[in-house]
Amino acid sequence: MSARVQQERFDPGAELARFTAAVAGAGAVVSFTGVVRDVDPGLVAMEIEHYPAMTAPAIEAMIARAVARFGLAGAEVVHRHGRLGPGEVIMMVLTAAPHRQAAFQGAEFLMDWLKSRAPFWKKEITRDGAAWVAAKDDDEDALARW
Amino acid sequence: MTMDVLYFAWLRERIGLASERVETAAATVRDLVAELAAREERYAAAFADLRAVRVALDQELSGFDASLAGVREVAFFPPMTGG
Repeated sequence: MSARVQQERFDPGAELARFTAAVAGAGAVVSFTGVVRDVDPGLVAMEIEHYPAMTAPAIEAMIARAVARFGLAGAEVVHRHGRLGPGEVIMMVLTAAPHRQAAFQGAEFLMDWLKSRAPFWKKEITRDGAAWVAAKDDDEDALARW
Repeated sequence: MTMDVLYFAWLRERIGLASERVETAAATVRDLVAELAAREERYAAAFADLRAVRVALDQELSGFDASLAGVREVAFFPPMTGG
């Protein structure tokens, strides 16, 4: 059960392999990888700001809720900050449970909470300039189902 | 009382500061916002629409009517865009 917030790149395949080995016997492992998407008229970079004193504790609290609610055998979040280029991996959620439904639900629950309750702010830098990414109503609505 | 006030994302840019130490007698977050907004135009602009602002007290998400008693760190920021 851990939250890692880092500037460095990471290898999602290596994270998945390590996590899967660590939860051996769980039966179901789900992973989600978030990647910087390109935007019109071409993304130069995405800058991710965060609130260092709050970020990891807030994510750890979300993980604890997910573990308790879905009976997860394990859950981890890795999330980057700093300047990222198009196609770079931003973040990853990993969950493990005895059966797939709980692992899928745990991962979706964590994603929905991370989207609008983890203290990250994204800024898109395109050829036209820079703009903060606005929070979507959909992201807030997604929390209502939990 | 003295507290650290932090600003993130466009609030940081608009106010031109990442953090500052504030001496205040404000009882609630809303009172503190009113004090800050009265200081200078850049603060007034940043806090013009509180629907676009979120607040954390000592690293916990909170609300504008929350008490500042015993609080050491107040952070203001836009709705979060993680994931």
